Amino acid sequence: MTLLTRIAPQLIALAALIALVSLFFPGFLAVDVSGGRLVGPVIDVLKRGAPVALLAVGMTLVIATRGIDLSVGAIMAICGAAAALSISSGLGLVPALLVALAAGAVAGLWNGVLVAVVGIQPFVATLILMTMGRGVAQLITEGRILTFSDPGFAWLGSGVLLGLPVPTWIWILTAAAVGLAVRRTALGLLIESVGVNRRASALAGVNATLLLIAVYVLSGLCAALAGIVETADIRGADANNAGLWLELDAILAVVIGGNSLMGGRFSIVASILGALIIQTIGTGILLAGFPSEYNLVIKAALVLIILVLQSPRIAAEWNLWRESHRVQPRERRRT
Amino acid sequence: MLLSIRSLTKVFPGTLALDGVDLDIAAGEIHALLGENGAGKSTLIKCLTGAYQRDGGAITLDGAPIDPKSTGQAQELGIGTVYQEVNLLPNLPVAQNLMFGREPRRFGLIDSRRTRAEAEAMLRQYGLGIDVGRDLGTYSVAIQQIVAIARAVSLSGKVLILDEPTASLDRREVEMVFDVVRDLRDRGLGIIFVSHFLDQVFELTDRVTILRNGRKIVTERTANLDRMSLIEHMLGRALEHEVTGTATDGEIKAPMLQFDGIGRAGVIQPFDLTVGQGEVVGLAGLLGSGRTETAEMLFGLRQSQDGQARDADGPLDLRNPRAAIGAGFGFAPEDRKTDGIVASLSIRENIILGLQARRGWSRPIPRAEQNRLADDYIRKLDIRTSDREKPIGELSGGNQQKAVLARWLAMNPRFLILDEPTRGIDVGAHAEILRLIEDLTAQGMSVLIISSEIDELVAVADRVIVLRDRRHVAELTGAEVTGDRIMRAIAADDEAAA
Ligand SMILES: Nc1ncnc2c1ncn2[C@@H]1O[C@H](COP(=O)(O)OP(=O)(O)OP(=O)(O)O)[C@@H](O)[C@H]1O
Ligand SMILES: [Mg+2]
Repeated sequence: MTLLTRIAPQLIALAALIALVSLFFPGFLAVDVSGGRLVGPVIDVLKRGAPVALLAVGMTLVIATRGIDLSVGAIMAICGAAAALSISSGLGLVPALLVALAAGAVAGLWNGVLVAVVGIQPFVATLILMTMGRGVAQLITEGRILTFSDPGFAWLGSGVLLGLPVPTWIWILTAAAVGLAVRRTALGLLIESVGVNRRASALAGVNATLLLIAVYVLSGLCAALAGIVETADIRGADANNAGLWLELDAILAVVIGGNSLMGGRFSIVASILGALIIQTIGTGILLAGFPSEYNLVIKAALVLIILVLQSPRIAAEWNLWRESHRVQPRERRRT
Repeated sequence: MLLSIRSLTKVFPGTLALDGVDLDIAAGEIHALLGENGAGKSTLIKCLTGAYQRDGGAITLDGAPIDPKSTGQAQELGIGTVYQEVNLLPNLPVAQNLMFGREPRRFGLIDSRRTRAEAEAMLRQYGLGIDVGRDLGTYSVAIQQIVAIARAVSLSGKVLILDEPTASLDRREVEMVFDVVRDLRDRGLGIIFVSHFLDQVFELTDRVTILRNGRKIVTERTANLDRMSLIEHMLGRALEHEVTGTATDGEIKAPMLQFDGIGRAGVIQPFDLTVGQGEVVGLAGLLGSGRTETAEMLFGLRQSQDGQARDADGPLDLRNPRAAIGAGFGFAPEDRKTDGIVASLSIRENIILGLQARRGWSRPIPRAEQNRLADDYIRKLDIRTSDREKPIGELSGGNQQKAVLARWLAMNPRFLILDEPTRGIDVGAHAEILRLIEDLTAQGMSVLIISSEIDELVAVADRVIVLRDRRHVAELTGAEVTGDRIMRAIAADDEAAA
């Protein structure tokens, strides 16, 4: 299957959604240039979708191993708080970023060890950090909203590079780097194989334990990046609200991307499109001017429609219908 | 006719799995359904039981057309099925397994006393006087298989389908199951029996239908066929040389691997084992005698408490399967579904998986090389598939087995452990695989083969080790490797074991 046929459903969903939003808000696709930067609703989607897109990259791999990572929202809060604290205690930009990334990696390692070594089910294992992580973040910020004024750090959240918002570059580069890393090496195959049948893979010599840990660490790193972007954008670390419920959007993005929760075959590009679909819905509802109390209901309804249209069952029915409407050449099997 | 199938057709993408098949099953007959791996036997059965929807043709049961949409519906109509792998719940008592879903109730609650009584009465019809309160898993596979049959018959009661039901039974257990099946025939059931064991077909069945490439080749009374013509109908050609029990020359091979005192309390009593270069060592014994455990211990899947493995260069590290693979070992496990195939990945990916894992993630095998390897083994092992990119889970059972075997052959280990390598494999491929083993050992590979088919051991093994009650109890070499000697050693005949 080529990449294009794989992501066709997501592309179609996105296009249909854009058409729908444009009905209510005709200027949705308009992009202007002002002061060396592109501005417009689409650019806004590309920027504000950054946290979920980043989380979706890591989540895709976790789900490919038949796992789930519920803790990414909490990890965002921890890493945002760690970065903000480091910056405000005068540590400098690069060390502060490294501290935040390290925090994400450690959090992922914790999850990975619980899942791969201790053998706790991923849902439960990451639930622990989901609950605990926000507490850790509150301890770091001592319950306050930690604000800072470091222009370099703030640039990561609201700066512009070559016309595009910096957060957009961050998710594009992250997704491209991870995508290339798994497809240009054998990692993708090994991850899929562990997701489908860990026992058989281990028997064939695949280091399933290490691979699982690595995948959760990567998810932690992606969450750290998302936390950095969000903290930089609002110039402050809010342990209570940073990344709140975003784990659910990330999982949704992966599912809209057509990746099975039962593990196996995955597509990072499709998950990214899923994240953009979610963000387009969010931005579109705002722009279309619906009262905000409708937001969640409309979002849920749209997501449901997309998922129903993508479901294998509907796809099978659709294929059946198509086949029955066309004279089918009798195929002879190879023997 | 009890059951009539007319021009049954089933199409999968790229494969015409069933091509206008006719089949009649009379009440009170046992009808064998035979064919090569991938001939369409399981597909036909799944169309009958509603697991698949047919693309064409008609099925009538007792003269009325039927079109089951699910296995539940097929059961209600009277068609029950027992699969090769017992699909009951081993952790539940026998009684619950038998009565599950229709337990007698009192005041809306399950009446466990009556459940047990009814279960006991049911099993007594099969001559089975076991404690139905005990968990199913504590009984032998044969008894589990009979419980599965009893459940299927009590639910349905007109047609009973047995898809390779004897693959993991030993001879005595097979007899036990056969008695039950014959009794059911005499009670007027129509029975479809799928098997690759031709001896059992001749022993048990009244008529035979042979499929090849999704087409019906012939239906005939079993008594009118001999083994040769049966095989010719199945393969579409004569089998050059069928595997028979020829004793091997018994020449001593230079020792390559030495295992001393490998074992673990409660799993397998410590044993010593020397494997020569190019030697085939067979492991014989009943189910549960410790054969698989021995293999798992040698491959680092279970830890030995004590003891040591060494080759000419010194001690070997067999901590885990990865380490064992590093030492040049390979292990094709018995249960291909849970331990072998990675179902939704392609045949190509399944074949190169082990090789890739050994090379490490950072050095992907070039795609052209992967294709070459996959095509090579698809041809060598005659894996029936429309192409190498088909998910391995969509292959027929026997062809999945061949693909798992290919994974290990592609790694070219110096010591290959094969646990029931030919289970579910047709006569043609069976001979092919045994010949392949001979070729490989001629090139210096050593093989440890576990098999319940004694003829197979006699045919390939230079030496046979017999296990009983988790102990290595006898070792037969060279001219001693005969079916008779092995059987006697298995059956605890002290004379043979001495
Ligand atoms: N779910 C499926 N999707 C696609 N192809 C399938 C599927 N199931 C079976 N086939 C194909 O249909 C053909 C018949 O397979 P089937 O399982 O009926 O063979 P079989 O006679 O039972 O063989 P075996 O002796 O190996 O069990 C094979 O070529 C197989 O690859
Ligand atoms: Mg089959």
